[in-house]
Amino acid sequence: MAEITTFSGNRGLQLEEPLIFEQGSPGRIGTDVDDAGPIDEDRLAGLARKEAIGLPDLSEPQVVRHYTRLSQKNYGIDSGFYPLGSCTMKHNPRLSEKMARLPGLADLHPFQPKSTVQGALSVIDSLAHWLKGLTGMPAVAMSPAAGAHGEWCGLMSIRAYHDDHGEGHRTRVLVPESAHGTNPATASMCGYSVDPVPATERGRVDVAALKAKLGPDVACIMVTNPNTCGLFEDEIIEIARATHEAGAFFYCDGANYNAIVGRVKVADLGVDAMHINLHKTFSTPHGGGGPGAGPTVLSEKLAPYAPLPFVVHGTDGLELVEHAEQAPGAKPFGRVKGYHGQFGVFVRALAYILSMGSDGLRQASSDAVLNANYLLASLKDVLSASFDGPCMHECLFDDRFLKDSGISTLDFAKMLIDEGFHPMTMYFPLVVHGALLMEPTETESKETLDGFIKVVRALAAKAKGGEADDFKAAPRLTPRRRLDETQAARQPVLRWKHGANAEG
Amino acid sequence: MRYLPHTDADRRAMLAAIGAKDVDSLFKDVPAAARLDQPVDLPAGLSEMAVERAFTRMAGQNLSAGCAPFFIGAGIYRHHVPATVDQLLTRGEFLTSYTPYQPEVSQGTLQYLFEFQTQICMLTGMEVANASMYDGATACAEAAVMAARVTRKKKIILSGSLHPHYVETTETVTKHLGLELESLSPDPFGMEDLMGRVDSQTACVVVQNPGFFGGIRDLTQLADACHEVGALLVVAVAEPVSLGLITPPGAMGADIVVGEGQSLGMGLQFGGPGLGLFATREKYVRQMPGRLCGQTVDQDGKRGFVLTLSTREQHIRREKATSNICTNSGLCALAFTMHLSLLGETGLTRLAKLNHANAVRLEQALRQVKGAKVISQSYFNEFSLYLGDDVDAADVVEKLAAKGILGGVAAARFFPHWPELRPVLLLAATETNTQDDMEALVSALNEVL
Repeated sequence: MAEITTFSGNRGLQLEEPLIFEQGSPGRIGTDVDDAGPIDEDRLAGLARKEAIGLPDLSEPQVVRHYTRLSQKNYGIDSGFYPLGSCTMKHNPRLSEKMARLPGLADLHPFQPKSTVQGALSVIDSLAHWLKGLTGMPAVAMSPAAGAHGEWCGLMSIRAYHDDHGEGHRTRVLVPESAHGTNPATASMCGYSVDPVPATERGRVDVAALKAKLGPDVACIMVTNPNTCGLFEDEIIEIARATHEAGAFFYCDGANYNAIVGRVKVADLGVDAMHINLHKTFSTPHGGGGPGAGPTVLSEKLAPYAPLPFVVHGTDGLELVEHAEQAPGAKPFGRVKGYHGQFGVFVRALAYILSMGSDGLRQASSDAVLNANYLLASLKDVLSASFDGPCMHECLFDDRFLKDSGISTLDFAKMLIDEGFHPMTMYFPLVVHGALLMEPTETESKETLDGFIKVVRALAAKAKGGEADDFKAAPRLTPRRRLDETQAARQPVLRWKHGANAEG
Repeated sequence: MRYLPHTDADRRAMLAAIGAKDVDSLFKDVPAAARLDQPVDLPAGLSEMAVERAFTRMAGQNLSAGCAPFFIGAGIYRHHVPATVDQLLTRGEFLTSYTPYQPEVSQGTLQYLFEFQTQICMLTGMEVANASMYDGATACAEAAVMAARVTRKKKIILSGSLHPHYVETTETVTKHLGLELESLSPDPFGMEDLMGRVDSQTACVVVQNPGFFGGIRDLTQLADACHEVGALLVVAVAEPVSLGLITPPGAMGADIVVGEGQSLGMGLQFGGPGLGLFATREKYVRQMPGRLCGQTVDQDGKRGFVLTLSTREQHIRREKATSNICTNSGLCALAFTMHLSLLGETGLTRLAKLNHANAVRLEQALRQVKGAKVISQSYFNEFSLYLGDDVDAADVVEKLAAKGILGGVAAARFFPHWPELRPVLLLAATETNTQDDMEALVSALNEVL
């Protein structure tokens, strides 16, 4: 196909869009702001701004067009199949968005008197009730802002318990090699050292190795279950038992909780603390990288150490405990963020949960696991599956099928982009070579999966046929082709400056 | 179920392809003792209409800010968000995309993050900004930890002007990191001596400007004092609209600026999610936490954007990362940047002036309240009102609410152990307040005092 060039640089529906700083004209405005009118004297202590800020002035239609064009350079779940393993890119219901925008929920200030926010507190309380009921855990800390923040909340609770029980010498944390990078980073934020635990050939925690590492200085283990290879840790109850016997706690990374909602209560696995990514399991939008929410369920032992604030049932309706002395018996380890948690995310998650119900949530995890196993079964003869099935909600392949082809996992992923799919997760987990981790989610139909399978099979055949150059050149049909990441890191250009960011 | 596409026939066909007899068999690795054979004992799913009804009922139990004369701030500010922001924000390509790890299909997200970083630099007067953190409080804590990393010193001084939630969050984050925190007493009068506390052991001083109690201060001398002993000055900005009117921290010598971006684009949302702002000097960029977007070129030489300097981050560095942060506040950054683009230089300057003018008018109106006195020497759009020696501000707030007025927040809600703060009420005025609102507040205060 001959390269088509245009005078404008646009390519039909693919429209070029300059930076906002390269547009506009001083004196335009995109929203009405009343004139301040006269005041006798300002109260700025002589610190009025002297220099201009440097922002461009645009009209409303210019701004609308700018962001519309930017949006068209993005791929979302709404656009197509997004099998990004471990990220749970499933349909985000629009009802949840509508509920989060009800003025009676959106237009509330966190410091209004409690008598004026009983409905908001009841959203938090209802969601907490569901999270406890689904997991079988007695308590939940609602305020963590994301998964990693929830991990930290869980480990801080564990540390508070140990310190309170004269066990402050427990400073080692056992983390499987397959863990997400947030796990070791979190442990070190709690002042803990990290001791990696190897995996077995079956893609699970090496239980014998873990037991050998347990000891009186171990504070907790951090185990993701289902794990990052998409497998259920089948010896998890034994792992929990041995951990408890050694006086340590079991922190479960709940990143993959969406595979087992309604089919397993994590309390029955011996879990002491687990965060739940509301933006994964309960389908609140990922929004290009947040906001999320990471409420953390806690066992009876850890519950008293949960962070501030929290909602309790008082004599006069729901109460918000903002200081430890308001709740006798509580020994909160502190506060983890401003205000009362990711309320806007709570509303969306609760809307999803009420829509699905107990039955629908169980069906969702069942279908998620069914879809992943269907992908695995349909692709394992042409790709190289890292482990035998059944898998849970995601299936893992490595790059053995690309051996001697000159094609990397990255090249294969980029080729999928030209085919209209978002690539799978690449090079994670680290325990297999050149990982391709696919998570189809339950909201994808059989037709969509069949379409994807057909393309992946064709690409696998093409790769084996020795057409490496095509793969190396992909993607060709996107607004931008492969980007020079080395240059970006060597000579960082992290902002626009007048005259310094000319179009390349 | 409307979100689940499979028919029973689909499921049967897929199970046959897998070679499994039923879905339960796919869960065979779950220990039998932990397998549930039926749904958890919680309510079944509801129709869209029924869910709407449930939420409408809960929403109806609240008094929303728009239905009352409203003067609450304390770190979360009520501003008018143009309709355009939310309409654009819900475009599926923004809303339903992930972190831009595949830059060829994420140039939309990457470009707005690059623009956001630039706007934050312009507003704060700093050289580099990241792509956002969870909120102002967590950004503040990350700044303290970063300052200790940069200076290799341990003493962190938190000013009494700093939002109590920022203080508490920083205390929690630093608890087990071997740092020494000095949290100063709440400082409603702006009387604290920070310079006298800075010494050769100091990693940083963290101040808020405008302060939690309203006051604005010139930080130039404090910055010099910090730099003389090799410490950093961290400035928190809880109300970014103020930067349209007052001298930015960067122009006063700040080394790190953190803040809360909720004020622009996002509305109140009961305080969450927030938008953590984080900016610093170029020389510290490799010590900075959080995601960064950078400019580069694609293989055809065209300008494009990627996430960069990720060797600081947890997915590469694991336990040696600058922070464990992974998910941040992308969509909130988009709302912020869209609102700021609509305002532009002209609009933000005008908005900031209007906020200040309304606060000055509120102070004037409050002169008619017997015994009450504004104690903030200077302010932007929020100040502290002393209600009288024996007055309990928390009680006043409740009585005002009973009259349908959301009349500020009592300082004692944050500082229960400081009896001298019991009569102090924090009041904010923004462009959303009318003269009628102010008169209603004044006459209600005169009735309840």
